[in-house]
Amino acid sequence: MRIPKLLQAVLVLVFVYYGFIVVFDYILGAVIPRSLLTMYMFFATAGVFMVFTFDEQGAHELVAPIKAMVEQPRFRFIRNLVFLIIPIAVGYNVYGRTLPSFEAPVELRTIHPAPPSTAKIYGNRVNLLTLENPFRHTQTDDPELFAEYVAEGAEVYIMNCQYCHGDKLDGKGPFAEGLNPTPLNFQDIGTIAQLQESYLFWRITTGGPGLPQEAAPWISSMPVWQDFLSVDEVWKVILFLYDYTGHEPRSWGEADAGH
Amino acid sequence: MNTNKKLLSYGILATLVVGLLAAFGGTDLSAAFAAGEEVAATTGGYGPAPVTTAADYPSVAGANGRLVVWIVAQLHLWFAAFVLAVPIFVFIIEVIGMRTRDKRYDDMAYEFIKVSITAYSLTAILGGLLLFALILFYPHLFGYLSTIFSDSMFYYALLFFAESAVLYLYYYGWHWLQGGVRKWIHLTLGLLLNAVGTGLMLLANSWLTFMMSPAGVDAAGVFSGDSWAAIHNFLWNPINIHRFVANIAYGGSIVGAYAAFKFLTAGTDREKAHYDWMGYNANFIAICALLPLPFAGYYLAAEIYAYSQQMGITLMGGIFAWLFIIQAVLIGALFLSANYYLWCGMGRSDGAKRYHKYIKYIAIVLIGAFLVWFTPHTLVLTNSELKALGGPHHSILGPLGIMPAKNTAVNTMIIFTFLSFLFYRRSNKVAVVRWERAGNIAQVALFAAGIANILFLGIYHGYFTNTVYKVAASIPQVMTTFVVIVTSLVLDSFIYRGAKDVGPLHWGRIPDRAQYALFLLAVAFTWLMGLMGYIRSGIRQHWHVVDIMRDNSADAFTPTLGYAANVVSIAAIIFLTMVIFVFWIAQVSSTKTLPSGYWKE
Repeated sequence: MRIPKLLQAVLVLVFVYYGFIVVFDYILGAVIPRSLLTMYMFFATAGVFMVFTFDEQGAHELVAPIKAMVEQPRFRFIRNLVFLIIPIAVGYNVYGRTLPSFEAPVELRTIHPAPPSTAKIYGNRVNLLTLENPFRHTQTDDPELFAEYVAEGAEVYIMNCQYCHGDKLDGKGPFAEGLNPTPLNFQDIGTIAQLQESYLFWRITTGGPGLPQEAAPWISSMPVWQDFLSVDEVWKVILFLYDYTGHEPRSWGEADAGH
Repeated sequence: MNTNKKLLSYGILATLVVGLLAAFGGTDLSAAFAAGEEVAATTGGYGPAPVTTAADYPSVAGANGRLVVWIVAQLHLWFAAFVLAVPIFVFIIEVIGMRTRDKRYDDMAYEFIKVSITAYSLTAILGGLLLFALILFYPHLFGYLSTIFSDSMFYYALLFFAESAVLYLYYYGWHWLQGGVRKWIHLTLGLLLNAVGTGLMLLANSWLTFMMSPAGVDAAGVFSGDSWAAIHNFLWNPINIHRFVANIAYGGSIVGAYAAFKFLTAGTDREKAHYDWMGYNANFIAICALLPLPFAGYYLAAEIYAYSQQMGITLMGGIFAWLFIIQAVLIGALFLSANYYLWCGMGRSDGAKRYHKYIKYIAIVLIGAFLVWFTPHTLVLTNSELKALGGPHHSILGPLGIMPAKNTAVNTMIIFTFLSFLFYRRSNKVAVVRWERAGNIAQVALFAAGIANILFLGIYHGYFTNTVYKVAASIPQVMTTFVVIVTSLVLDSFIYRGAKDVGPLHWGRIPDRAQYALFLLAVAFTWLMGLMGYIRSGIRQHWHVVDIMRDNSADAFTPTLGYAANVVSIAAIIFLTMVIFVFWIAQVSSTKTLPSGYWKE
């Protein structure tokens, strides 16, 4: 028996919806955020509508049962039922959404705030647009010295940073569970791999209190490391972060045309 | 520039200012200019950028200066984009008409330019309003910019006269300059019109890109006197390229909406057929320009990043990141509506059924790529989701939030949109060459190899190499897309050489809902341009001219995303209302009423 088009469309959407939940929440073990799932489903619905209506026959078959239900007297009972169920379902949904809950409201926090062009670090005004790691050149000029710097950076990291950011730099240190937001995972391709070293220098030295206005609310627990570490220690720890994770700091290679 | 010209340009500005002073008595603007002239006199021509206080931003009639400038500039830009784009493809269509000697093309080109004439005067009016608004609300900024760009502003005014003159000759001389040498003269006018229009855009672009990436001035903003250095600033060409391509796509979408409007209101089948054909061509133009547009945008964003990490992060990782998600959704909507229009258009041919079975697969890939395209890097998570994930980073979705995934997705969307177009082209043809099957296998292999290469570049270079390669990998991805499209077109032209038509194309046999796809295209473009324009301007944050001249007005703060989206949406509604007026007035001009008994017999 051929399944009617309207039912086909509904089944496809139900399959897609639960497909996302099963794959993400159960098979991959990483829940799909409901806000994103809503967006996904909106466009999946648009896609299904497009495929089912691009030709006249398809569009007719899709709409025919709805049209029949609305127009034909013999479907009066079903029509009344549908006209009752839809407003109730919508009302229930609205009720569910507006019902007060004990959950804290969702925050859209800028985790990745833009750096200022200059910042006051170690008592000097530093131009973050041109700032470079003074030890980076040793990576090519003197690899042995570079390895030494990285080892020194590792020591600084283990003594100061791993409690939160983890000994594997994956953001899962012993204290991480107690923090919200959780410390950054440097292994993630979306964190230090996307940034220039000057950005890390700014974030490490000025910490949570040095976050710009756009990063409000300032709920970062990152300490102001310029109060505890020397300039060289910070640069060396940055060398270590990139070396250990295998990421390269953001650069423009030979095409660097920044001012 | 010689002193006389400079004096003349100052004279024009001064006249405007004096006029405005007379109109809005009580606003002391003369001081701003007098101060500028005083500094200029003491520093051998050019002074540093003005340092303003909140008191230097006049309050006029209780209006919010930023809001007025924002909305007027946006309206001006929408109309300008439209009127600059239309002559480009009108010229091309006219050439096609001349080469094929098919009068339908000539008539369509004329109808397009007719629509843009009213829009042209609205562009000029809004440009004048913008100038007034800038002088009134931001006198020091305008004074400073006009000192640096006095040359180009003067030439801009002259070019505007040239644009008007050529446009009127081109439009009103259309039926006069027909056939033989006269047609050539008309085409030359069309070319000239485009050259002047593009020149105008390039000059205006230099002023706004100077505000983002100033050049030709020192750290205090003192102008070196080198006008070309100020014009040819770091972001000038990236904006030029992006705007040029985007204008064509936008112009195509607006005339597409015009054709859809006329199709839906058409009274006869003949009219329907005509406007269906027109809509198809307009959509074709819009898609042709839409396909390279993501690359032009990517180039611009990469250059912004290269110019300043701060601006780059503000743009895509910081406060404006969520507007980029809206942008991604709108761009996806553009691709979906363009594809849907093509699929619906296959109904014009009796031979299209053969390709219907493939449409759902194209849709699956398009939607899949689209979902990747708009997946944000920073997710909106509830507390329970945060707990379940162990932090704000999502191990599966997080990597989809960065550029390599986006580039892979958009290249895939472009290739599959092209595939829709290929099926559309084939729908009314039957190949007669003996090697048709082998040719089709080659086409499949070409597409498969292209997609595999795009995926490999995106995944390997995007996630397993450093940023230099990550950014660089986008170029071979684009090249792959380009090679697939060009090779496939060439191959298809050989496969379908001497092909038989299934039957005549039934222009006008297209559902009304396809016309709404054309409307959606125009609306999405409009909204998109407004939002992206705001971001481009907004990344300057509290600077009039980045790092040179600070905005010290009460409105120097970056507004919330909701407020910005509302302003852009209201401006878009005003613009679309004005566009409907333009469509209507174009229709009125060809309507004749013959009242009985009114005139003497």
